[in-house]
Amino acid sequence: MLLNIKNLHVEIDGKEIIKGLNLGVNKGEVHAIMGPNGTGKSTLAAAITGREGYDITEGEIWFKGTNIIEMDPDERANLGIFLSFQYPVEIPGVSMTNFMRTAINAKREYNGQPTIPAGEFLKMMEEKKNLVEIHSKLTNRSVNEGFSGGEKKRNEIFQMAMLEPSLAILDETDSGLDIDALKVVAKGVNQLRSQENAFVIITHYQRLLDYIIPDFVHVLYDGKIVKTGGKNLALELEAKGYEWIKEQQFV
Amino acid sequence: MDVTNSDNILEQVTTSEYKYGFYTDIENDMAPVGLNESTVRLISAKKLEPEWMLEFRLKAFRHWQSLQEPEWAHIHYPKINYQDIIYYAAPKKKKELASLDEVDPELLETFNKLGISLDEQKMLSGVAVDAVIDSVSVKTTFQDTLARHGIIFCSFSEAVREHPELIKKFMGSVVPYTDNYFAALNSAVFSDGSFCYIPEGVRCPLELSTYFRINAANTGQFERTLIVAEKGSYVSYMEGCTAPQRDENQLHAAIVEIIAMDDAEVKYSTVQNWYPGDKEGKGGVYNFVTKRGLCKGKRSKIAWTQVETGSAITWKYPSCVLMGDNSIGEFYSVAVTNNYQQADTGTKMIHIGKNTRSTIISKGISAGKSNNSYRGLVKILSGATNSRNFSQCDSLLLGDKCGAHTFPYIEAKNESSIIEHEATTSKISEDQLFYCNQRGIDTEKAIGLIVNGYAKEVLNKLPMEFAVEAQKLLAITLEGSVG
Amino acid sequence: MKTQETDQFIGLEELLIHQFETHSELLTANDTPKVKALRLKHFDAFRTKGFPDSSQEKWRFTEIETALDQEFKHVIKEVKTDRNIEELFRCEVHNFKSEIISVLNGWYHSEKGDLFTNDEGVIYGSLKAAKLAYPGLFDTYFGEIAHSENNSFVDLNTAMAQDGVFIYVPAGIEASKTLQIIKMIDLNENIFVQNRQLIILEANSKLSLMHCDDSINHHSSLVNTVTEVFVGENAHFELYKLQNLNDASGLINSTFVRQAAGSTIKTNTLTFNCGLIRNNIEVSLNGKGAHADVLGLYLMDKQQHVDNQIRILHNEPNCTSNELFKGILDDEASAVFNGYIYVKKDAQKTNAYQNNKNILLKPTATINTMPFLEIYADDVKCSHGATIGQLDQEAMFYLRSRGISQSNARLLLMYAFAADVINSISIEGLKTRIDDMVKKRLRGELSVCEKCVLHCGSPEKEYHFDIDLSKL
Repeated sequence: MLLNIKNLHVEIDGKEIIKGLNLGVNKGEVHAIMGPNGTGKSTLAAAITGREGYDITEGEIWFKGTNIIEMDPDERANLGIFLSFQYPVEIPGVSMTNFMRTAINAKREYNGQPTIPAGEFLKMMEEKKNLVEIHSKLTNRSVNEGFSGGEKKRNEIFQMAMLEPSLAILDETDSGLDIDALKVVAKGVNQLRSQENAFVIITHYQRLLDYIIPDFVHVLYDGKIVKTGGKNLALELEAKGYEWIKEQQFV
Repeated sequence: MDVTNSDNILEQVTTSEYKYGFYTDIENDMAPVGLNESTVRLISAKKLEPEWMLEFRLKAFRHWQSLQEPEWAHIHYPKINYQDIIYYAAPKKKKELASLDEVDPELLETFNKLGISLDEQKMLSGVAVDAVIDSVSVKTTFQDTLARHGIIFCSFSEAVREHPELIKKFMGSVVPYTDNYFAALNSAVFSDGSFCYIPEGVRCPLELSTYFRINAANTGQFERTLIVAEKGSYVSYMEGCTAPQRDENQLHAAIVEIIAMDDAEVKYSTVQNWYPGDKEGKGGVYNFVTKRGLCKGKRSKIAWTQVETGSAITWKYPSCVLMGDNSIGEFYSVAVTNNYQQADTGTKMIHIGKNTRSTIISKGISAGKSNNSYRGLVKILSGATNSRNFSQCDSLLLGDKCGAHTFPYIEAKNESSIIEHEATTSKISEDQLFYCNQRGIDTEKAIGLIVNGYAKEVLNKLPMEFAVEAQKLLAITLEGSVG
Repeated sequence: MKTQETDQFIGLEELLIHQFETHSELLTANDTPKVKALRLKHFDAFRTKGFPDSSQEKWRFTEIETALDQEFKHVIKEVKTDRNIEELFRCEVHNFKSEIISVLNGWYHSEKGDLFTNDEGVIYGSLKAAKLAYPGLFDTYFGEIAHSENNSFVDLNTAMAQDGVFIYVPAGIEASKTLQIIKMIDLNENIFVQNRQLIILEANSKLSLMHCDDSINHHSSLVNTVTEVFVGENAHFELYKLQNLNDASGLINSTFVRQAAGSTIKTNTLTFNCGLIRNNIEVSLNGKGAHADVLGLYLMDKQQHVDNQIRILHNEPNCTSNELFKGILDDEASAVFNGYIYVKKDAQKTNAYQNNKNILLKPTATINTMPFLEIYADDVKCSHGATIGQLDQEAMFYLRSRGISQSNARLLLMYAFAADVINSISIEGLKTRIDDMVKKRLRGELSVCEKCVLHCGSPEKEYHFDIDLSKL
């Protein structure tokens, strides 16, 4: 199993958000995690990627055979975990080129490989840019600075393409996207799907799942996965609303 | 990642070592310790100076004796005993130098170690260097190439001998010896420096550069630089500095004067990396420098760009006096302080002529237990109609034991002028760090990236040859490497 | 040298020192031992330092020497006056309920008695009386925050002030009525006055205060006021200072505020007319989560001079401050702004903002602005800005192209410039009146009124612009 989360409990400022979550993801799979606002979807992404301030009080996160809960975020990234941020931050003055080259070389160093030759790097940039239909001179721009909402999300997928992770977590990647941008993002993701990697797609709506077909849909409610099913579960949720899940919980 | 870990990395990042701290064992010719009239006379005699030069020095010395050391800056240091300093040290010459082969090989090695080759064949093309070690200029390269354009680029001593009329005319015309305590001291005891003269209409084909190094122990370095750009000329000038690692503090009190005539443009870039002292704040250079440019002619332009990473204490305000109508003054600065370093630096823009414009971009970065202050004056005199100034002074704090301060002084006596000043103080955001971490970049590298991004606006103003060095320097000062 | 205080001019500094030495018993008569010790200490300091002068960094742009170089009478015994204060002054600001505390020539002056408890439970009155009535309270607070660094006027005041205003808001009392201090100068001589004010707000209380400086005649006067304000936990304090004196007058105002956790304050210093004004305001945010709004507006012309020295000290974490001073300077008027935000080590999560904007109308007007930041904590958001300029020529053209006359367009733009300071006044009736004053001032119609700074004696003179401002 690529990712195996066992009985995960996560607190923020002493308040428990994730309350005993289990999730297993194999290579080649796409998992969608759905749920109403405030049920811990983004907290789950933060806990997997090792964000500061998210305290794991109980449980384990196994990735590629290692329990990663004590690892620094950069080490987890280099091990192959990628997060497409819901709100990508701007880093003024740091060019995308410089940023990407630093990231790729960090990964290469981690894997005991030499740094990437400039020519190869630039070629790779061009190739991956096309994948998410980024036409602007990305190289001259600072990381996310002055990017539109859609550009920021496409830029996230572009970085994913560059870094070739084995596990990609897409946190509300569809929020704030118009239908055209959504299609571009989905197309990028579908092209990157392979038997060697896996995706966890966190979303509130079913919309994105029309374009990226999941193998499993999980419903996260009150810090736990309360229901798991196939892609049809997403449609059912869309039709019946989250109230339906809530009602089931109290029955 | 937990907070302590992040703090630890910040700690490591902000405590890396000074890489230019070696000392070269060369034979020196030194003046006795202390300062009195006979020291001044001795320096003048050593340099075989004409009488008028000695007179200038003595006047300055007498004036200096009447002054008190200034205390208004936001810096703290034990009182300097001016009688404990050696005011003249020169690498002993075997004879007059005719070619590079005759430069002391130890010296050549010193400059090679610093990454500065004095061998014209091996040098970066496009940069002429005047190398000043301790008190004297040891070698100026590419003089012949420059001479073909009528450009004079030589050591100050040589200029006093060869071009007395120019020195007499311009020396002290921008920074008079009465200007301040350290300017008076420099005027009395300065030992060498660079002189540069660009004739009318000439665009200097090379980047001119002076490389300063303090080597001998207990010595002060007092050089002066004079740049004269005649009508319609252009020159880009670069200055770099390093010093060995020593336990005692060393004094550096320099003067730079620039004069730009009608339509002339001078770009002056500094990468200052004097020894900053150790992690406990022991040793390091006291850098008390007076730099001023006079935009004398119409439409003239002087731009100062500085990257200040070294020195235990920095006290300098490269300034522009905008006298000519439509003249332009610019100041771009990145000042990094770490450990116990203190910097009180900024600029003065004095608008005298009509339609004069000035821009100030200052980026301060404080780490460790250091204090970093921007201090700047923008003064619009009543005749400076339609003048404009824009200032942006940002401070970045790395860690909670340092200080970042902003002291702008704005004086306006003209209703048709527009002055805008903005400043912010912040730290690197957790979100930015996590974003980098999530892409596999460790915190140390991430800080380097973000700091370089923060300083980019200023780094972009440096000549290419310098920009790379400056970026590396920021990296060395704050971290292990920069991507 | 003459030996009696009522006698001829012997140099103000000498006169004051001599007065203190000969009358120290009178001056300290009603003091508690602590207050007496403070007097003596500050007198020694004043004797050593003397008056500040423009060679001192913090006084560099204010020629205080000229203001001091006049023949002043300095009274240390109250001059009883028969004048009926009610006749002398009447405040009729519409829709604005206030209780008046009057001070005449430096002495508390009221028919209500020396100390008064109003129907809301706020205690106020003469400082001199309060010293006798509440010695414990007095010793806890008096002199605790007024310091004389760079300002020996505080030394002088602490040494020699005998009366002034005392306000005490007990815990939990939220005063709805605004208190209004009216300070009048009315003597047929040039007079130098020391005024002292002590304002205490206990926890969870609330008070809004207006502080009007007036001169009734056209004699020269110099008023040196020191105010200490203590704002308890979660208390809220508002202070509106209206400064409208004749051109021969000088005003030195030193206000010190200390805030406890969760408290909020708003001060608004509105300077309309005066020969020379120096406002020293120091706000110490000494408790977590405190907030301070420190605002000011100065509209000066002729040869008037105003100097605002504003210090905001963030001594504790999670505090916020917002500082905005705006000024319009005409003729040969001059202004100084020196803002200073200090963030103490470990005062994390500080959010401090400082801005000074100026418009110069004539080539002879001068502004010196120094917005300083001194920061020793890293997790802070601090920013400052300063601008100096003139009226926006593009906006001017736009207005004129809509048929608005040049003079009206000018007024409109100046008014718009001042608007955000005026709009921050939270007492509706006062805001309307100030708004009207600003319009009058900009049109040159405001002068020192016979009655008071608020000019309510002539509401018919209310000024209207040609077009409706609210639609802009």
